[in-house]
Amino acid sequence: MRKYSNIIAAYSIMLVLILLVGIFQSWSIALTILNYCLISAVMTIGANIQWGYAGLINFGIMGYTALGGLAVVLVSVDPVQQAWQAGGLNILICFWIIVVIVVLIRYLLKYFNKSKYRTYGIAFIIIGGILLLRLTASPGIEAIEAVDPAKTGFLGGMGLPVLFSWIGGAFLAGGLAFIVGKIALGLRADYLAIATLLIAEIVVSIIKHEEWLARGVKNVIGLKRPAPYEIDLQTSQWFINLVEKFHSKKLSMINSITERQDALSQFVIDASSVYVKLCFTGLFLSVVIVLLIVTQKALYSPWGRKMRAIRDNEEAASAMGKNIVKEHLFIFILGSAIVGIAGAMMVTNDGLFTPGSYRPMRYTFVIWVMVIVGGTGNNFGAILGGFVVWFLWVEAAPMALFLINFFTSHLPETNLVRVHLIESAPYFRFLVIGIGLLTIMRYRPKGILPEKIEIK
Amino acid sequence: MAFFEGTQMTAGYGDGPDIISSCSISANRGEIVAILGPNGAGKSTAMKAMLGLLNLKSGSVTLDGEDISKISPQDRVKQGISFVPQTRNVFAELTVKENLEIGGFLREDGLDQMIENIYNLFPILSEKKSQIVGQLSGGQRQQVALGRALMSEPSVLMLDEPTAGVSPIVMDELFEHIIKVKKTNVAIIMVEQNAKQALSISDRGYVLVTGQNKFEGSGEELLNDPEVRRSFLGG
Amino acid sequence: MDFINAIVVLTNFTIIPALAYGSQLALGAIFVTLIYAVLRFANFATGDMMSFGTMFAVLLTYYFQSIGLGLGFLPTALLTIPFAIIMMILYMLLIDKFVFSYYRIKKSPPVQFAMVSVGVMFVTQAIIRIIIGPSDRRFLDGEKFILKATEFKEMTGLNEGLTLKSTQAITIVVTLIIVSIMFWFLNKTKTGTSMRAYSDNEDLALLSGIDPKRVVLITWVIAGVLATVGGILYGLDKSYRPFVYFNNMLPIFAAAIVGGIGNPFGAFLGGYVIAFAEILITYAYKRFIAYLVPESMEPDSLMQLLSTDYKFAVSFSILVIVLLIRPSGIFKGKTI
Repeated sequence: MRKYSNIIAAYSIMLVLILLVGIFQSWSIALTILNYCLISAVMTIGANIQWGYAGLINFGIMGYTALGGLAVVLVSVDPVQQAWQAGGLNILICFWIIVVIVVLIRYLLKYFNKSKYRTYGIAFIIIGGILLLRLTASPGIEAIEAVDPAKTGFLGGMGLPVLFSWIGGAFLAGGLAFIVGKIALGLRADYLAIATLLIAEIVVSIIKHEEWLARGVKNVIGLKRPAPYEIDLQTSQWFINLVEKFHSKKLSMINSITERQDALSQFVIDASSVYVKLCFTGLFLSVVIVLLIVTQKALYSPWGRKMRAIRDNEEAASAMGKNIVKEHLFIFILGSAIVGIAGAMMVTNDGLFTPGSYRPMRYTFVIWVMVIVGGTGNNFGAILGGFVVWFLWVEAAPMALFLINFFTSHLPETNLVRVHLIESAPYFRFLVIGIGLLTIMRYRPKGILPEKIEIK
Repeated sequence: MAFFEGTQMTAGYGDGPDIISSCSISANRGEIVAILGPNGAGKSTAMKAMLGLLNLKSGSVTLDGEDISKISPQDRVKQGISFVPQTRNVFAELTVKENLEIGGFLREDGLDQMIENIYNLFPILSEKKSQIVGQLSGGQRQQVALGRALMSEPSVLMLDEPTAGVSPIVMDELFEHIIKVKKTNVAIIMVEQNAKQALSISDRGYVLVTGQNKFEGSGEELLNDPEVRRSFLGG
Repeated sequence: MDFINAIVVLTNFTIIPALAYGSQLALGAIFVTLIYAVLRFANFATGDMMSFGTMFAVLLTYYFQSIGLGLGFLPTALLTIPFAIIMMILYMLLIDKFVFSYYRIKKSPPVQFAMVSVGVMFVTQAIIRIIIGPSDRRFLDGEKFILKATEFKEMTGLNEGLTLKSTQAITIVVTLIIVSIMFWFLNKTKTGTSMRAYSDNEDLALLSGIDPKRVVLITWVIAGVLATVGGILYGLDKSYRPFVYFNNMLPIFAAAIVGGIGNPFGAFLGGYVIAFAEILITYAYKRFIAYLVPESMEPDSLMQLLSTDYKFAVSFSILVIVLLIRPSGIFKGKTI
């Protein structure tokens, strides 16, 4: 028990903080924070697998998150039949053209020796292929985007239940990770960081601007949900009864019947939102627990030992016959796929897909801060990092506002400094995160819950 | 008392075991002193201790009668000690001339005159003065390394295996250059693997074993010592 | 005549903007590469440091304007450059003392430095947003154009106009001045040579009596000049918005790597490579081609290789290709 005391203490503090938010702000806010904490935790598990287990620095978290979100649209939205009729054929042909290009290049690479002519040939195929793609795609894309542009204007998805999209997100992200890994994994650590950062940027700009795919910056709203809708709950008798029972004491203190009805309906509205969020919490929590169990098991398995050996001394591991390139690629795909799940979870939670909101600050660097702060190489630490940093990220602004008001209370309301500070309260979150990261790196470089590997 | 002297030096890396213990090495101006010994005997360590790259646990280093045990390597360089490391001993991305200029970084005056002196000592460097050192041959690089170290007009020159990895012909040429340097009244201490050749140009030599002085004497004495011959010179 | 018109179109819409944008990227890329060469880490706070320096220029411009200080037809911002540079350098030295120097002394691996610079990035962003806010600000005053399209048409009698914004001219001229001084300093002075020596072989530089603290100090000073000037020129040409500066870090990194990271001259050229690639690939050539071919063959489409939405993606793709084919960059990296 002793060896878990740190973990238990850290998580208890975190739980208390969230409970305090529930008590002082509202339960709905507390649950929103908790849900995002859980999503962040999934992301940090993914990043931690890459960084903590294998020492791979992936600054492309944003790209995989966005792909996970894209998966929700592609899997759960009903197909837009009209759009498929208008331009589906062109898009399918384009898909096949891409396949042919890839096969041709592979054929050239395999059966011809390296020469000027081969290079020219490949360049010719690529340029010709791109021109061909543009020629085929543009009429189709135009036709698709013209189909009821205010509502659809895209191909839609497969119309499957939304939970399938979480798996879809994993596959999409893993697929991208395969390509990126093939290209970039041989690079030195800081080059890899820059390359992945930029590739993620490319991915997001494609998602943003290819409107036939998922409406791009026009956003997809009203996505399916794996939980009931508030409005349905508010009209179900069983739910109203439940709320009535729960609040019976308070309700019985109100005498007037109309007032009691009003109070009850207010309680029902509040409770419905809390109930929905609890459903999400349950789902997310199960994902986190499953991932935690699997990754913990993996960490202590022979495979985990091998990964750590490679991380700590690549040359020695390589000399012992471990295939480092293959292992790195595998772990890169695995970690990215988990991030993809998180991306899908997040879009499911929000119920809308907004490609314009994917920015590296929020979706790459904050996640990295989580991993570093929580504890590199330790899954409990990474998850805790997700909780702590997300909590700070959300609560820094209200806390800053409180402190600003406290320290400037002697100044008049119209004092310029005070007004300016109050206006800039939201930006204190950057300051808190930044200073937090710098402090942890300096004084506790292994994170709040450092990696502890025990030989069993 | 010798000009440059390490007395009873004991040192090791970090908290690790002592690599050298009670090891004493000295050199006078205009003298070549070779440090020999089997692998792991602490030859380079002894030299680094004299340069101040690692701290002494006991013993002292004196230069011209003055105790310099406590001062940093940079300050020892200012006092006239120059060091040529075994590897990465030139600025490979700079030109020959720039390498020499950096060697004379601490000089207040006479930089151009000194560069001329080095060109006289190593004529090939004059020809290649605008070339990037990374493009030179191994022997030429070693000359750049020597030239850089001499730019500060040191009174003591320490060489860590100057002939490692160069061909026998280049090795002979390098030794000739080292003798030329010695004639400019510099105390030279060198660690060498090519023991026979090194002793043949050295005035004195030390043989270290497990961090301690095992034999010492003039180059000739050591070359003729049967035990030294058997253990270190291959018969 | 048509041929000249075609050339004018191309110059007006691609070459001049690309030269200006390339200069701004080049200054940033040299900044990145210098930090990489001497302090040996990829500085993820690059964009925000440039933003930090520019912020002072913006504030001082407003102040100078309010007290009626100006440079006539030149932008007031030019007058603020020295002050902004000083503030920038002070901030960098402060950050170095309290953050980076600790890891330098410990000889931490580059990855750790990169993570630390992410922390610095957060803090810098916060300070900027708290001081000046996140909104878009224009601080250009003085004459806007050196050459207007209508004037050019009158002068030459061509169909097409050539515009030269004063910010574009200032950007190119100032960049050339700053970069020439810097290369002169690095290659011809004793201090510059010692910096290159330190970058090449740190241990040997120490053995030659080079003071590492001085090298680090001078590196930050040069970096401060480059970051501030690059940031101000970009802000004058487009506008000052903190978020955009953060994003600019990405093409700047691309330029530095394409040019061979650690090689300032490569970074300088890399800036233009990236700028020209971005603009040439996303430019619609319709008008240009219309002048060159007979009327009957005039193209219907825009003749654009990629839509301008993919501006950034272009430069990143170039980077990926370079990393694939020649990871050390076009002009072999790691020398300063």
